[in-house]
Amino acid sequence: MEASERRVISVIVVNEASVLSRITDLFSGRGYNITSLTVAPIPESKYSRLTIVTSGSVRIIEQITKQLHKLIPVLKVYEHADLVEKEMALIKFPVSENIADINTLCEAYNGKIVNVGDNVIIAMVADEPKRVENFLKIITRYNPKEIVRSGAVALER
Amino acid sequence: MQINGAQMVIEALIAEGVDTVFGYPGGAIMNVYDEIYKQDDFQHILTRHEQAAVHAAEGYSKASGKVGVAMITSGPGFTNAVTGLADAYMDSIPLVVISGQVPMSLIGTDAFQEIDAVGISRSCTKHNYLVTDAKDLPRVLKEAFYIASSGRPGPVHIDIPKDVTAQIAEFDYSIELELETYKPHTKGNPRQIKKAMEAIAKAKRPLFYLGGGIINANAAYEVRDLVHRTGIPAVETFMARGTLSHDDELLISMLGMHGSYAANMAMSETDLVIGLGARFDDRVTGKISEFAKNAAVIHVDIDPASISKLINADYPIVGDVKNVVNEMLGLCEQVKSEKYASWRETVKHFDELHPLTYHEDTDRLKPQWVIERVGELLGDDANISTDVGQHQMWTAQFYPFSRPRQFISSGGLGTMGFGFPAAMGVKAASPEKISINFTGDGSILMNCQELMTAVEKKLPVINIILNNNYLGMVRQWQTLFYDKRHSETDLSVQPDFVKLSEAFGGIGYRVTTKEEFDAALKDAVEKNIVAFIDVVVERLENVMPMVPSGGSLFNMMLLEKKEK
Ligand SMILES: Cc1ncc(C[n+]2csc(CCOP(=O)(O)OP(=O)(O)O)c2C)c(N)n1
Ligand SMILES: [Mg+2]
Repeated sequence: MEASERRVISVIVVNEASVLSRITDLFSGRGYNITSLTVAPIPESKYSRLTIVTSGSVRIIEQITKQLHKLIPVLKVYEHADLVEKEMALIKFPVSENIADINTLCEAYNGKIVNVGDNVIIAMVADEPKRVENFLKIITRYNPKEIVRSGAVALER
Repeated sequence: MQINGAQMVIEALIAEGVDTVFGYPGGAIMNVYDEIYKQDDFQHILTRHEQAAVHAAEGYSKASGKVGVAMITSGPGFTNAVTGLADAYMDSIPLVVISGQVPMSLIGTDAFQEIDAVGISRSCTKHNYLVTDAKDLPRVLKEAFYIASSGRPGPVHIDIPKDVTAQIAEFDYSIELELETYKPHTKGNPRQIKKAMEAIAKAKRPLFYLGGGIINANAAYEVRDLVHRTGIPAVETFMARGTLSHDDELLISMLGMHGSYAANMAMSETDLVIGLGARFDDRVTGKISEFAKNAAVIHVDIDPASISKLINADYPIVGDVKNVVNEMLGLCEQVKSEKYASWRETVKHFDELHPLTYHEDTDRLKPQWVIERVGELLGDDANISTDVGQHQMWTAQFYPFSRPRQFISSGGLGTMGFGFPAAMGVKAASPEKISINFTGDGSILMNCQELMTAVEKKLPVINIILNNNYLGMVRQWQTLFYDKRHSETDLSVQPDFVKLSEAFGGIGYRVTTKEEFDAALKDAVEKNIVAFIDVVVERLENVMPMVPSGGSLFNMMLLEKKEK
């Protein structure tokens, strides 16, 4: 087995019905897993931007990238080397946990408490994916009831 | 003008200059067939199976260089056609395949004969469309023909729901295409080309490695020019047969798993591979780490994804091989043919050591003899299709091809059942040539219903069945690598092929001697109707040389030498 590496790929595509499956097929056809995938339209254009995080052999990922280029609705593919990467997470805690502590922790990770209900509070953080992971590890002691991660978005420096 | 979707399909086909459509009707595509009935600008050939319709369109395209067109209905009509789409995708054949779909309102309801056609064809087409509004049809049809035939060619599938073929909208085929995201590179980078030519001039043992992309790009005559002006020997892939003429001094032969000793040795000894429109397929390279181990690599290809996919290219050139070769011809002055004289001698020596040949050492006819004999008798007058198996490899090895587009075979997918319908398409595209299909006793049964099409549409394909009563190629592997356990490959139980052909109104011969073969071929050519020539050949003949799967090119199993 070749060494497996984490890779972030951005793809600019025409907004059309089948484009997402065309892209994910290139991964699944090789038994490659997509770690995270985000899609949103690019303002004032007919294009969308996808950010794909995957891991696998460098050679295969290079091959996938070339084949992404070949898809008819794909405009551009960036295989990032030097990039700024962010990810968001939302976490639901029981209201009985130590809210002040949680809030302080969130602040250290560019976040805050965004909603307080009768039974639960919802916190938000936005940071590098690695740091988000770290955060999620730390807060296990506050008994999080539900966690959702947005998947990474990235821009070349 | 305001017309319905079905009429748009017809108008677009006419505007694209289509003269032949292969197909099979059914519920979801009936509106289009109704319009086919009303027109006489192109002919429709009703095959007897949808797979055959697509293979026929492939044969038509390969022989003519034009886009092949096939039409089918939804559900089972479409799934029957998938093998053809995959075959065309693997061999880069430009096709537009149009299927009917259940009406929009029923999509997703498991309606009668509904299948997610674009979901299935996505991975075996260059591009596909589900058309949800007739107003999109002119653009989609125009794009489909353009995408199929430009860049690295391939099949494009258009799925049209039945109500869309009935919907009326504006049809204007003069629209400009706006494919911002699809712009194939056609001109190679001049600086890279210059560097590559310098590398050629410096090399001691350069070797042209010619691939099927040359045929697709209609670049064979330019390549012949380049080979002759440089005096550099050349090997061809299976898909490139006919690029150089069989009698060309500089053509070594085919390389790869069943390539000649000389071709494989030349590839192992060269110091510079000049790859033109070839993709370093695993059937060509053998063990990749040992392939052309001491050589630098020039790789010219229209498809950037093919470059450095398997073998690292030192001089990658993305572009249309015809353009690039023309550029190379302009820089040819510095390459001195005399310099390679001793290299040419070396190659010749390889060929003398183990020539591509066979022994006539049994009572039965040798399949290789039959192929050579057809070559002697028909040569350039025939277009040659094949099915898949031993007979296919022998055809590539022994038929004297003299021009591009003369050899039509399923290379990438290796589809048994391809040969006969493809040969019908070839005949439809070039009626002035004799259309031969070399086939096996296994393969021919995978589309023998096409006898009916060939009789009805007067497509006099001559099917030469090299009958070894085996699924011969699989049997060969079992003999060599599975200790002779011939599991499920014995085809001793067979139909009467003569009667089979006759039952459809064709003609049949069973031959066991050279004289009978000559007579049968002559008669079939004269009678000019579809024929089966069932040739009883040696059962246990093996295709040699052979590079065992995953082995190095220079480690070949060779034909045993015989005392003279
Ligand atoms: C559709 C399909 N099924 C199975 C195979 C595997 N296969 C490759 S060659 C071969 C034997 C072909 O037998 P025949 O047509 O008699 O040709 P021969 O090798 O005997 O010349 C088989 C089964 C294939 N290539 N295509
Ligand atoms: Mg056989």
